[in-house]
Amino acid sequence: MNPFAATTGFLHDRVDGAGYVVNLLLRTLLVLPRIHRRLRFLLDNAFNAGVRALPVTMVVAAFAGAILAMQTGIELRRFGDTAVLGTITALSMCREMGPFITGVILAATVGSAIAAELGTMKVSDEIDALEVMSIDPTDYLVLPRVLALAVMCPLLTVLSDLIGIYGGSVIAEQNLGVSSDLYWISAIEALTSSGTVLPKEVYVGLLKSFVFGVAIATVSCAAGLRAGGGALGVGLAVQTAVRNSVILIIVLGFVVTWFFYFLS
Amino acid sequence: MIELQDVYKRLGTRDILRGLTVTVPKGMNFVLMGPSGTGKSVTLKHVIGIFKPDRGNVRVDGQDVPTMDQKQLMALRKRMGYLFQNGALINWLSVADNVALPLREHSQMSRTDIADRVHEVLELVGMAHAHAQFPPNISGGMKLRAGLARALVTNPEYVLYDEPNAGLDPIISQQIHELIAEVRDRLSVTGLIVTHSRACATQCGDRIGILESGRLAIEGSVDEIVHSDHPLARAFMGIGSD
Ligand SMILES: Nc1ncnc2c1ncn2[C@@H]1O[C@H](COP(=O)(O)OP(=O)(O)O)[C@@H](O)[C@H]1O
Ligand SMILES: [Mg+2]
Repeated sequence: MNPFAATTGFLHDRVDGAGYVVNLLLRTLLVLPRIHRRLRFLLDNAFNAGVRALPVTMVVAAFAGAILAMQTGIELRRFGDTAVLGTITALSMCREMGPFITGVILAATVGSAIAAELGTMKVSDEIDALEVMSIDPTDYLVLPRVLALAVMCPLLTVLSDLIGIYGGSVIAEQNLGVSSDLYWISAIEALTSSGTVLPKEVYVGLLKSFVFGVAIATVSCAAGLRAGGGALGVGLAVQTAVRNSVILIIVLGFVVTWFFYFLS
Repeated sequence: MIELQDVYKRLGTRDILRGLTVTVPKGMNFVLMGPSGTGKSVTLKHVIGIFKPDRGNVRVDGQDVPTMDQKQLMALRKRMGYLFQNGALINWLSVADNVALPLREHSQMSRTDIADRVHEVLELVGMAHAHAQFPPNISGGMKLRAGLARALVTNPEYVLYDEPNAGLDPIISQQIHELIAEVRDRLSVTGLIVTHSRACATQCGDRIGILESGRLAIEGSVDEIVHSDHPLARAFMGIGSD
């Protein structure tokens, strides 16, 4: 095959896909006023997302916090400065690690489930059935899912932050000789030093996870709605959803941090 | 009356419809047969405006479907029921909620009126006993009957049936065929039926058309097709078919 044609074909598919996602997000915003009719679906979806992602998030967050404390602790020990361990773990958990791991886990558990569910609906004509009943799939299917993750991702992130910091404290106390009191005091001090009602690290992290939640749900819905060609198509939709979600989590995470810490 | 006139449609890289012309007069059941993948489902989706033809006309009661705006499409779809292959029910809604869906979303009916109407159509298709069940837990035949109830709940003038007996045993198929004939006779619904089954075609059809390479290879009354010498007619209607 002509490599030029292959490249333009690839680019065309990517741009086409991105255009679909942006379009879907805009249409979802447009139907936002109709959410009062979808409250039950919203609650169902939020609950499901929480139940699916909670156990994994807790385990991964605890280990992430522990790893963070170990990695920085090894270096800090050389300078005899392990007292700042609480500060460093708390800040990196809230700013970056908490939202990041929550996002990735949501993409893998809930995003994939959304793509599979909508993809199956697509290939078994259920999306067409909605259209025939003049029911807009954006309003009926996409809106409750996007809002559910927009709410659940920050909630789970708060939990990951706490559990991560706790995971760090265990390592700090057991392996690095930092007393639990000192660890927690320095952690809380670090988080309250910005002087705003909600500490900056926390609200930037929460905003980030809100953006992640919206992105994961939109990308996964789009992948499902564009599924084609039977069971194979559903499998590909799941793959697309998880891959695109993870890419977006990394890129958007960078953009938000950059915006709040370097631009302003 | 449903009219497709010289309709061409390309999907992906394949020409699916190539000059298809079908006319379904009011009050009749038109049966569309043909090998798998020849575009029978695609044809039905043209009638209800999910697909637009690349060339040619699609009209319902003289109104041009492809040029309709959203509002006109909604009005058209209100007058049309669509029974999808395998029912296409929403998995997380009970049978009764599935059937109620079109009424809940778009009519001003009260809760009790909706419940009464849902019960009435479920009774008609013999599914009243299963109203609280969920689609993943019911058989293919029950899904189809629930799908048919959903198609009929808005009192449509037209119903499009996509393989209403695919994968069903002969006894359940028989019931569905009787139901389709009854819908035509009692509710004077005009039907366009896609099927592979000779039994379905002869029991609920008035006219039959057989699709090949994107257009009708042969068309006629049920009697004409049953007795035709055309190889496709013999393949679909002959002894040993079904
Ligand atoms: N949305 C679509 N996009 C691309 N190709 C499609 C689409 N829908 C159907 N097709 C293709 O059109 C052909 C006819 O499909 P269909 O009408 O479902 O066949 P059948 O006669 O068995 O109902 C198939 O080859 C199918 O792959
Ligand atoms: Mg078909």
